[in-house]
Amino acid sequence: MELLVAIIIGSLTAVGTYLMLRLRTFPVIVGLSLLAYAVNFFLFASGRLMLNSPPLLYVEGPHTDGLPQALTLTAIVIAFGMTAVAVIMALTAYLNGGSDKLDMQNEAPEVTPEERGQ
Amino acid sequence: MMHFMVLPLIITAVMAPALLFFRGQLVIQRTLSLVTTAVLVVICAMLMVQAATGEISVYKMGNWDAPFGIVMVLDRLSALMITLTALLALGVLVYSIGTNWDDRGAHFHPLYQFQLFGLFGAMMTGDIFNLFVFFEVLLIASYGLMVHGGGRLRTQAGVQYIIYNLAGSTLFVFSLATIYAVFGTLNMADMAAKAATLPPEDAALVRTAGAMVLLVFAVKGALLPLHFWLPNTYTHAPAPVAALFAIMTKVGAYAILRVFTLIFGPSLALTGTLFSDLLMPAALITTVIGMIGVLAGGSLARVASFAAVGSMGTLFIAIAPFTEDATVAALYYLVHSTLAAGALFLVIDMVQARRGSCALDLRAPMVQSGLVAGLFFAAAIATTGLPPLSGFIGKLFVLDALRDHPLAVWVWGVVLVTSLVAVVGFAQAGSIVFWKAHAVKADTTPAAPATGVALAGIGGILALIVLMTVAAGPLTDYLADTAAQLYAPDGYIGAVLGGEG
Repeated sequence: MELLVAIIIGSLTAVGTYLMLRLRTFPVIVGLSLLAYAVNFFLFASGRLMLNSPPLLYVEGPHTDGLPQALTLTAIVIAFGMTAVAVIMALTAYLNGGSDKLDMQNEAPEVTPEERGQ
Repeated sequence: MMHFMVLPLIITAVMAPALLFFRGQLVIQRTLSLVTTAVLVVICAMLMVQAATGEISVYKMGNWDAPFGIVMVLDRLSALMITLTALLALGVLVYSIGTNWDDRGAHFHPLYQFQLFGLFGAMMTGDIFNLFVFFEVLLIASYGLMVHGGGRLRTQAGVQYIIYNLAGSTLFVFSLATIYAVFGTLNMADMAAKAATLPPEDAALVRTAGAMVLLVFAVKGALLPLHFWLPNTYTHAPAPVAALFAIMTKVGAYAILRVFTLIFGPSLALTGTLFSDLLMPAALITTVIGMIGVLAGGSLARVASFAAVGSMGTLFIAIAPFTEDATVAALYYLVHSTLAAGALFLVIDMVQARRGSCALDLRAPMVQSGLVAGLFFAAAIATTGLPPLSGFIGKLFVLDALRDHPLAVWVWGVVLVTSLVAVVGFAQAGSIVFWKAHAVKADTTPAAPATGVALAGIGGILALIVLMTVAAGPLTDYLADTAAQLYAPDGYIGAVLGGEG
């Protein structure tokens, strides 16, 4: 089971990292989601892998560690919210700039008339 | 009084959503936000006085004992950081109100308070997973603030910033999982207590976990080669937000100081000097690249952004040896570079508002050219480390503290040469914007934007820089005590875990 989990985490991380390096918003966001899956799985496994054992102390043992499961839930929620933010921002940037490329030229910041206090 | 130390967290956490109820009512939002931030300054200063006695206050969330519950810890370092944050935040807030920056997009004030909530939390928490959560809080708020006001370039830079930090957060969770797998705990004091008893066969995992955490904080602290997010973000962020972000990189520096003195301390045999050896070359290169960027910026905002990278490099040079003397220098430079960067970005915004752009090209002189040039001169002197302002004292401390370091020649060479390069870069940028402008004829004379309140914001931050120059003696006494407390982690561990340890 350890081998299977390790292979899954490893391949998710590899694919996620590769997609992150694509420098276009869509593959990068998909890559980030895959990385988030990988990290959630990794976090889950950090409490050691055990089969058929409850995380509750009042049930007869052996017990599995419940804390990483709680941490994973937190991480899932945060990753989910962050992906939503990233999608919205990428969409706004695409609609504003007409390009989904991530790299930028060296330009001076824009100043709107409003920002000039006029 | 035991609840007093979490007041900065509670006030910001309550005010941020409360301000949302007053959307569209700018006067009420401004008043509430200003009053809140001013109260925060007072509370943080009181907490600093309390921490200056050497007492380490611990607040157990829900009264659950550590290491099972989450604790907030207030020692000298945390108190210094929250006070610095509150002071900078007040100056920046006054400036954004005075220049109407807060009116150029929705929800500036609620996001601002959320940002402070995340910053205070990250600086006070004693639990490393909670540190991650507070990092996320401050990042979410900063995503909103970063694109405040909109615009094509700003949104693009915002996407870069978000994606870079999402990757950083993912790495943080990876390192947390590794840490939990080795230590079996997430409470920093508990980890510190357990670190000494780990068997030697765990050395590889401990080193991996430590290096991963170091990478995460290096992303925050814009340490080369992980600094790529900073120049675009700071250049295109709204100026007051860029000024507030001056404290964000310092959160990375703070976290490194905290984790690598407490958990992976220099006395831990399993890791030895590994992290010091990793940090020092990176810090030297960061300083060099940052200051070269100052020469080649192309616009004042980018010049200032690279100056921020360079100053982080100098800061990490002082952090890297993990000795008490060097840490005193690092803390002084940390306070100084936060204030200097904050003031510099605000002055650049004044240039943009009057000149239409901060690009380094020839344009007619701006209105109030003398005033803005004077402010820029002061901020540039502080940033580059020329006498008489605190940058000079800060760099002097750094050089003095590292005299006996094995890489002392490199440190001295890099710090001194890059300071000269920065002076040249700022002199060149300033002379194009303020001096050569007089050769160009103006077509029209635009009206001067409102200045009074905005000047109070910048003036306040510059006054703090002068104050920390004049009061360098008392300040370094406090910082020396702070460093002593950091390198005697038993006090921290004892305070968190209680007598029974």
